[in-house]
Amino acid sequence: MSRPAHRRPEYRKINKDLFVLTYGALVAQLCKDYEKDEDVNNYLDKMGYGIGTRLVEDFLARSCVRRCHSYSEITDIIAQVAFKTYLGITPSVTCNNPSRTAFSLILDKNPLVEFVEELPAGRSSLCYCNLLCGIIRGALEMVHLAADVTFLQDKLKGDSVTEIGITFLKKLDEKKYRRKK
Amino acid sequence: MADEALFLLLHNEMVSGVYKSAEQGEVENGRCITKLENMGFRVGQGLIERFTKDTARFKDELDIMKFICKDFWTTVFKKQIDNLRTNHQGIYVLQDNKFRLLTQMSAGKQYLEHASKYLAFTCGLIRGGLSNLGIKSIVTAEVSSMPALTSMSDHTLKKEKLDK
Repeated sequence: MSRPAHRRPEYRKINKDLFVLTYGALVAQLCKDYEKDEDVNNYLDKMGYGIGTRLVEDFLARSCVRRCHSYSEITDIIAQVAFKTYLGITPSVTCNNPSRTAFSLILDKNPLVEFVEELPAGRSSLCYCNLLCGIIRGALEMVHLAADVTFLQDKLKGDSVTEIGITFLKKLDEKKYRRKK
Repeated sequence: MADEALFLLLHNEMVSGVYKSAEQGEVENGRCITKLENMGFRVGQGLIERFTKDTARFKDELDIMKFICKDFWTTVFKKQIDNLRTNHQGIYVLQDNKFRLLTQMSAGKQYLEHASKYLAFTCGLIRGGLSNLGIKSIVTAEVSSMPALTSMSDHTLKKEKLDK
């Protein structure tokens, strides 16, 4: 599938707006349908999971990433390649534990909340961008890596940055052992 | 720089999500379509505002429809509408022979019965866009053979022009 080589810059921005606005309409509809914040969060996570399982194929086809040998390499790829490709931002990566299985992605700029001023009243525990967590979780699972992905900090809830925590659950050694068989 | 893949996947998940939650309750097909259409309406309103910020004023309704067919459709779906027909009395028929949201589904008659679910959002998108340009309309869509889409926009309801 060939893509047009040149596109006027404002078209790209409008395209991004389409996704952001659609996501906003979706969250607004979910807030109308579900009373509890946890239900909305779970729903967004499940949706994100479904998207992630398919998006990873598109990502792998599009970018020629090499095989990763450690969790920190994987997290770097997610931050520097995947986020850049799909959202145009590059979060910074920090490691959260000495055994190097838990990482954080720190987002200063989050395009998904571009049109959001604040969370609606009575929805203080709503994770607006929970779709992202589901996407990362689904994508990792498709490459046989179980991980727990949650929001550790959220600018919409008053924190200074938005932080997504990725905790890898299964050890990479097991995977190597399986391959040797 | 959200790629179109992201939007396509989000749209598909939205459709399946709305229908899945409908299975649990006793909501008919119509209500799901309405939900999706309303979401599209909101998005269409916002999108057309951002898009027409710097464009020149539209001369008349036909000008607006041409804008929708060319610039708006190109931005959202990467191609122009293939055919625009009108009876010059408020009814416009837009034809897209390779509708982006359906190309990945099938290229013929397969899954034809499910196509309407995937069109509701786009109908809302057009209706929302027109609404913010001052035109009240009803937008319907039909697919006779995937992935060609024919959408009909009926402006014969009360037309409210923005005060200039």
